[in-house]
Amino acid sequence: MYSFEPTEEQKIIISAARKLALKEFRDRMRDADETGRHHPSWVEAGWELGLLPASIPERYGGFGDHSAMTWVLAAEELAWGDMTAALVLTAPNLVALPILYCGTEEQKTEFLPVYCTDRYAHGSAALMEPHFGFNPYELKTTAHRNNGSYVLTGLKCNVPFAAESEWLLVYASLDGQSQAFLVSKDSPGLSIGEREPNMGINALPLYSVELKECSIPATQRLGGDAGCDFALLHNSSRVALSALAVGVARAAYEYALEYAKQRKAFGEAIAQRQSIAFTLAEMAIEIDAARMLVWEAAWRLDQGRDATKEAQYAMNFTGDMALMVADRAVQILGGYGYVRDHPVELWLRNARGCGVLEGIAIV
Amino acid sequence: MISFENSRAIRQRQDYAETIARERIRPQARYYDEYDHEHELPWDFVNFMWQVARKDLESLHPGKSFPDEPFMLLIHVNEMIAWGDIGFYMCLPWPALGGSAIKATGTEEQKEHLKEKFQADSPTWTSMALTESHCGSDSSAIRTTAVRDGDSWVLNGEKLFVTTAKTSMLDSDGLMVVWATTDPSKRASAIKPFLVDAKNPGVKITKLEKKLGLRASDTAVVILEDCRIPLKNILGGMESTGFKGAMATFDAARPSVAAAGLGVARATLDLLKEHLDLNGIRIRYGVPRNLLTSIERDIIDMEAQLRAAWLLVVRAAWLIDRHRPNTIESSMCKVKAGEVVTKITQKGVELMGPLGYSRRLLFEKWMRDGKIIDVFEGTGQINRLVIARRILGYSSRELK
Ligand SMILES: Cc1cc2nc3c(=O)[nH]c(=O)nc-3n(C[C@H](O)[C@H](O)[C@H](O)COP(=O)(O)OP(=O)(O)OC[C@H]3O[C@@H](n4cnc5c(N)ncnc54)[C@H](O)[C@@H]3O)c2cc1C
Repeated sequence: MYSFEPTEEQKIIISAARKLALKEFRDRMRDADETGRHHPSWVEAGWELGLLPASIPERYGGFGDHSAMTWVLAAEELAWGDMTAALVLTAPNLVALPILYCGTEEQKTEFLPVYCTDRYAHGSAALMEPHFGFNPYELKTTAHRNNGSYVLTGLKCNVPFAAESEWLLVYASLDGQSQAFLVSKDSPGLSIGEREPNMGINALPLYSVELKECSIPATQRLGGDAGCDFALLHNSSRVALSALAVGVARAAYEYALEYAKQRKAFGEAIAQRQSIAFTLAEMAIEIDAARMLVWEAAWRLDQGRDATKEAQYAMNFTGDMALMVADRAVQILGGYGYVRDHPVELWLRNARGCGVLEGIAIV
Repeated sequence: MISFENSRAIRQRQDYAETIARERIRPQARYYDEYDHEHELPWDFVNFMWQVARKDLESLHPGKSFPDEPFMLLIHVNEMIAWGDIGFYMCLPWPALGGSAIKATGTEEQKEHLKEKFQADSPTWTSMALTESHCGSDSSAIRTTAVRDGDSWVLNGEKLFVTTAKTSMLDSDGLMVVWATTDPSKRASAIKPFLVDAKNPGVKITKLEKKLGLRASDTAVVILEDCRIPLKNILGGMESTGFKGAMATFDAARPSVAAAGLGVARATLDLLKEHLDLNGIRIRYGVPRNLLTSIERDIIDMEAQLRAAWLLVVRAAWLIDRHRPNTIESSMCKVKAGEVVTKITQKGVELMGPLGYSRRLLFEKWMRDGKIIDVFEGTGQINRLVIARRILGYSSRELK
């Protein structure tokens, strides 16, 4: 039977995430965007939510079971506060969740407890590559087996916390298949480049990364010799980005709606004109529609069913939707939408990232 | 717990409806669409639905095997029948819009009356007459009058675009819900619904509209001329909620037609994909969008749009079955479905080129049929208005 009712536990998480988003993210996002530095409270207060430890079973140090659905519910709220803050807070997922999904028993035992302490531990993943035609299923970064090791070579971009994280999960093509490798920060051949300059999500430290004949023990291939189900990780990553998109859009929509009720023109609130009111109605419809797709894709992940189509639907739809909603929010604020005193221009910049930045988040 | 698993019982009936759609509807869809056969009723289908399928589908018999989810079942059946053909869907001998009005606002006696009608041996329809020549969206401006005369009401006026007017009044012993004002100086507050039984001599069907699509369905002009009905036939009794009741009716009707519209959209997409398959064109999923071919992009985007719209319908149905407020969600799914079916069916013609435009295939028909979803049961604009007022907290005076 269909149901659109989150569990009691999920409702508690939603409301806690919303509180955090409002209290810690909203007021600080502008500053963070201007300076390119995320606020320490984002990870300190954010970690207290215990989202990641609650996704990891007790035998690895956590206290719960993973649910993509719970993650998307939380992610929407976090991104409603600030998408960058949400990405910062959930970056540890980038290592922890692929290991949880696909890791060997040894990998789980070694890595997961790191993410179950009461302190935020950095995580990082390198999927994107800086060339036209980037395709996660046809990576230019390659991995070769060489006796007891894998040798990785290639160029990566937009790698979150590459400089801060002890371990990077690097995606590379092994015999034509995308696979993931746990690369420690000090591996010879790995070099972390400059901070990436982007249009938005400025406070998330993203780096370029180069791998030159970077050799790692074969045991550090995600999933060991059996490897990992890359499509599963890719789908889960798309669902994560989609959930963030819904959050950003909702923030922009709510702001524009309140503004439109306050702002007067020609003797009445601009919201009293259909052109504005209908625009808001359409924004509301698209946000709800997008959320349904995200939920369905997350639900399929939790059911262990293939979610390739659903994740693609969610990704395409939410990417367009978030951009459309944020763009209209700017339009509704007119000139005020274009200046950095109001947050809508920031949401427009961040929203454009949603359909583009494959692999910077995962649920 | 959030779940996207449809219940087994509904899936079974959906399969059954699919067989009907494939075998009894689709092969005849073209015939009833041609000018020469406009306004012919597909009696074989109608009789079959009345005598056999209705019981099997149990879509409109709440309290039987669907105590929990009658509406959820209804949208799934509607979608599937309309996937077969939406003209046929419009001919279904089911209580439809008029029936929903009675169920939403009727007295116990009136509900019983409706039930009896639908236990008859031969197919029965209800219709609902609100629109007039000078007003459709602005339904509070209607001029049809209801004047009390002793033990009766006397109705006078002209109604336009009444779906199944002819089938409910002339072809069967059905019912028509007629909206009329009891005091033309008062607008909305004086507007009440009245029940008019078939074969009332005061009801005349003067014209069957010739339409862009939905040609199997009769859309008629109805003249009420000293149409006398018993006093008790005011829907909901003397305390009738009137105009508000009409709106409540639409809340439930909107997801229902939205579902049918999405059936047409899916029909288009299914056939489109069949043709692509035959031509060896594969759709790749998982690949970034900027690397897809134009046709892959179109198909995936249409699928995503269709799925999103459908899930909005499902959500509205879920709320209705739980008797939760659903005005905004119902309008949302109606707007989205209207837009999606319009775009998908128009795109279908484009992608198929001359084959899409040809009357040999059904793409062009689906495009003509699909457009109705954005027009009736509240146009796209009117439903946007409903949503906008709610999200902004505006009255109809504050947001016109
Ligand atoms: C096939 C078919 C079946 C139908 N079945 C029935 C039926 O069974 N019973 C029945 O009563 N009616 C029925 N209708 C009528 C239908 O509900 C109306 O046509 C519809 O409500 C629109 O009304 P209208 O045609 O008078 O257009 P109008 O109300 O004149 O609208 C014209 C245009 O103006 C727009 N508009 C109107 N008001 C506003 C506003 N305030 N803000 C912004 N835009 C506005 C509309 O959206 C539309 O685009 C049927 C119509 C068709 C075509």
